[in-house]
Amino acid sequence: MNQPNLLLSRRVALLGGAGLLGASSLARAQAPAAGASGQVIDINRARTDPIPIALPDFAGGSPQAQQLGRNITQVITNNLRNSGLFRPVERAAYIQTPEAAAGAPRFQDWRVIGAQALVTGRAEPQGDRARIEFRLWEVNSEQQLQGTAYTAAANNWRQIAHVISDVIYERMLGEKGYFDTRIVYIAETGPRDRRVRRLAIMDQDGENNRFLTDGSFQALTPRFHPNARQIAFMSYNNNQPRVYLFDLNSGRQEVLGNFQGMTLSPRFSPDGRSVVLSSARGGDANIYVVDLASRRERQLTSGGGLDVSPCYSPDGSQIVFNSDRGGDQQIYVMDANGGGVRRISFGNGRYATPVWSPRGDLIAFTRMGGGRFGIGVMRPDGSGERILSEGWSMEGPSFAPNGRVLTFYRESQARDSRGSGYSARLSMIDIAGFNERQLLTPTDATDPNWSPLLSS
Amino acid sequence: MNTKLLGALAAAALLTACASEDTSGAATGAGATGGTGMMGAGSVRPGSQEDLVANVGDRVFFALDSSSVGGDQRPTLERQAAWLAQYPQVQATVEGHADERGTREYNLALGQRRANAARDVLVASGVSSARLSTISYGKDRPAALGSSEDAWAQNRRAVTVVR
Repeated sequence: MNQPNLLLSRRVALLGGAGLLGASSLARAQAPAAGASGQVIDINRARTDPIPIALPDFAGGSPQAQQLGRNITQVITNNLRNSGLFRPVERAAYIQTPEAAAGAPRFQDWRVIGAQALVTGRAEPQGDRARIEFRLWEVNSEQQLQGTAYTAAANNWRQIAHVISDVIYERMLGEKGYFDTRIVYIAETGPRDRRVRRLAIMDQDGENNRFLTDGSFQALTPRFHPNARQIAFMSYNNNQPRVYLFDLNSGRQEVLGNFQGMTLSPRFSPDGRSVVLSSARGGDANIYVVDLASRRERQLTSGGGLDVSPCYSPDGSQIVFNSDRGGDQQIYVMDANGGGVRRISFGNGRYATPVWSPRGDLIAFTRMGGGRFGIGVMRPDGSGERILSEGWSMEGPSFAPNGRVLTFYRESQARDSRGSGYSARLSMIDIAGFNERQLLTPTDATDPNWSPLLSS
Repeated sequence: MNTKLLGALAAAALLTACASEDTSGAATGAGATGGTGMMGAGSVRPGSQEDLVANVGDRVFFALDSSSVGGDQRPTLERQAAWLAQYPQVQATVEGHADERGTREYNLALGQRRANAARDVLVASGVSSARLSTISYGKDRPAALGSSEDAWAQNRRAVTVVR
């Protein structure tokens, strides 16, 4: 149940032949200076041509090292391809061998096959540890954009590959990546009237899946703490639906507090010191904030009706939530102290499950209308609404930490009265509304929530 | 499953149909309860869930997006209240549910509001609130598994379950 060690023990800057970058700029990749790579892409642009990138297998001095190199290259390649913003060049077209490229790239060989960027690397197992070095090259200018060596426990090779993917993404796009992250979700099994729902967690690429609870009670709506080590979720333990906290390091869970009535839809505040949630008491449901140190609650709404699904803005100053106080489900924003409530959704249909982007610029939501469900985004003032995906049923968007990708879940329509054909699957989509793809899970899956970057 | 029990359920369906209720979900009564206390002899134990299902009706239905108990549903709750008065030792949980055409968190709150509404009618009909608890399962425990208007109507419900 232990979380893998997230910290890579050592990062060393590698000066390339071109020596473009000093060591100081390598410790933590930063947005390149304008024009440094010529590849700064406006993240809000609707569609961009994906960047052609060549990723020959990382070289190795032994069969074991070569296998490790291949594995790492495969993970990086999948990450970049799945982002929709990179196009790995067909490997059969490669002219220079990976081993030779790892020594010194012959840029002409990569230019003629259309690669704009080239990633080379070397893997060296050292007992139970591994040293992985990689270099990112801009083919046209023949310059090294990045060169770093990582030393870490060998069984952490996947995480090294994700960290390298994030560095490539950031150097090429000028935005932080999201590959060294996990997704917590609800794994669902069994017929729908007797469903077993367990907390589960996996890497963002679907690997390292594991179940965190045993299914003896129903678990719903998990959400990461900003430190990524704790999860708030709703549990039916003892047939009392309450918000619980789950500690990923110890595997321990505890009820957030013995508050009156059902508590649901938890989210941590950006500073990690409190949980905002909904509590159903009497005929209404209202928004409360619970201080984690004192476990004292403070009521924020009392507008009548059902107020659920609260989520803080990334600066902690505002809360977006879902309410039917006006007659049907709509999205409202209020100040973090509960004042200044205003409705922001005015399109056709009902709106639900609002979440604030970590970038602060957008709110993602579920829209229901005309017999269809959709996932969309709007600005926090309600303007600029765009529906990204529509279908029979989908809900519950959650942003990647860079605000560029959403994960959510889709359900399919049952074909008959026995529920045949029903399924629940996780999806990911770019906020520009393209590159939707299904995330494979071992079971039906709902309620995905994306972690922050793990080792930034 | 023995035939006499099946007979009792079929009888229940007829009964509730005679009472001119929304018949869409009336016949599926035993589904939500997991069959507590089923008697091998085939007789229904007085004061049991099966008794409630067979002779009273364990559930009421709600209109789309509504959590108010309709006039046509109220008689079921009034019969439940009379039945509970007959068995004063019985405690019950009112379970609130929603159909699948909503979002999970909102439907949890909606199911709670439906459970409360049904509970309030029971209390107004003379049942001590100390004997009743409520819980919501939102859209997560449907009685009907289809994706049809008929299935949704059966799933927008509050079910009284003997504890």
